[in-house]
Amino acid sequence: MISRLAASLSRIGAVALFLLQVLAACGPALLRPRLIVQQVYNTGARSLVIIMLCGLFVGMVLGLQGYDLLARFGSESALGVAATLGLLKELGPVVTALLFAGRAGTALTSEIGLMRATDQLTAMQMMAVDPLQRVIAPRFLGGIIAMPLLAAVFNIIGIYGAQLVGVSLMGVDQGTFWSQMQGAVALHDVNEGIVKSAAFGVICSLLAVYEGYNAEPTAAGVGLATTRTVVASSVMTLVVDYMLTAAFLKV
Amino acid sequence: MSANRSLEVGTGLFVLLGFAALAFLTTQLPGAKLSLGSGSSGYTVSAHFENVGDLKAGAPVTMAGVKVGRVSSVAYDSQEYKAVVKLIIDRSYNRIPDDSWANIETSGLLGARYVGIDAGGSETFLVDSSQIENTQSAMVLEKLVNKLFAAFASRPATGASQESKSP
Repeated sequence: MISRLAASLSRIGAVALFLLQVLAACGPALLRPRLIVQQVYNTGARSLVIIMLCGLFVGMVLGLQGYDLLARFGSESALGVAATLGLLKELGPVVTALLFAGRAGTALTSEIGLMRATDQLTAMQMMAVDPLQRVIAPRFLGGIIAMPLLAAVFNIIGIYGAQLVGVSLMGVDQGTFWSQMQGAVALHDVNEGIVKSAAFGVICSLLAVYEGYNAEPTAAGVGLATTRTVVASSVMTLVVDYMLTAAFLKV
Repeated sequence: MSANRSLEVGTGLFVLLGFAALAFLTTQLPGAKLSLGSGSSGYTVSAHFENVGDLKAGAPVTMAGVKVGRVSSVAYDSQEYKAVVKLIIDRSYNRIPDDSWANIETSGLLGARYVGIDAGGSETFLVDSSQIENTQSAMVLEKLVNKLFAAFASRPATGASQESKSP
């Protein structure tokens, strides 16, 4: 019991220390923008299709459920507001982060873990190339850049998905849908979503590169590290989401 | 080199799409300008209202409950101290008498405001850029409640109303 507690404590400490090391390596990594571009492509552009597909369906479900609930109070005109605020503040950043952890985080972990298992990282150190600067930092930065952009795309597709169901299927007036939404959504609601998705980008990218970098150099170890990435990223995303929501709430 | 080129193009497209999405979110949603889905053709009529409540551009215009157009803009006329509302009516509804009433109505008890037109009896019809003279303002719930209390207070005191007056 005590030893397990100590183990999880030491893991938290190790992640925090690793974050400092990666941040220190980010400066030199910025001098090689090509590597970062490559990672933005790997983590961002290649996750785009799944993000768009999921955004469409999340938005459509919001349209259906929101309509069903609001129709009980005769206020279907608020569907646009309900769907948009739900997407911007919660569903957009959180679902994007969960998908990102599953789609891009696992790829990062297994790639880095396999580099570890095949001694590529050690070979780099032998050649006086710092793997933190060359391998880890570009992946970390790429994930941080990609996440808010993916979340924004998710939000737009989701809003149009909600409009598709609400306006085309359920018969809410299109002008009402958009004008009520534009009247009720403020800039700080959009900003809340952007800040959240940036924070989730840091969390998911950091955990993915950490688990890969510290994976046990065996086939089973890489598999285990990949699993831990998804679990830890998902849990941390939801926990931090609650904290950020509480911080943004104006009481 | 061509592989690198396609990588850069892919990344560029992704980043461009992402920033376009961010720009849309930050400028289109928290604004009043309805730039999407309002390209319907029709003729414009205007109406002055004492009070429009929270009527917004994009709200529907109905006759007998059927949608015939939408509100294109809500502005304040500092000459007349009234709100001037511009309505775009669909071309197919070109037989609206020019003495019709334009009312600001509410869908449901707490729903969104819209403009309802009650047909008048005139033989001449509304055309482009004509004005609806007969208007009825939005019901503001607080004002109604105030009027109700004022009516109660000014009523000659009978036993029953005296009891019911105290909240």
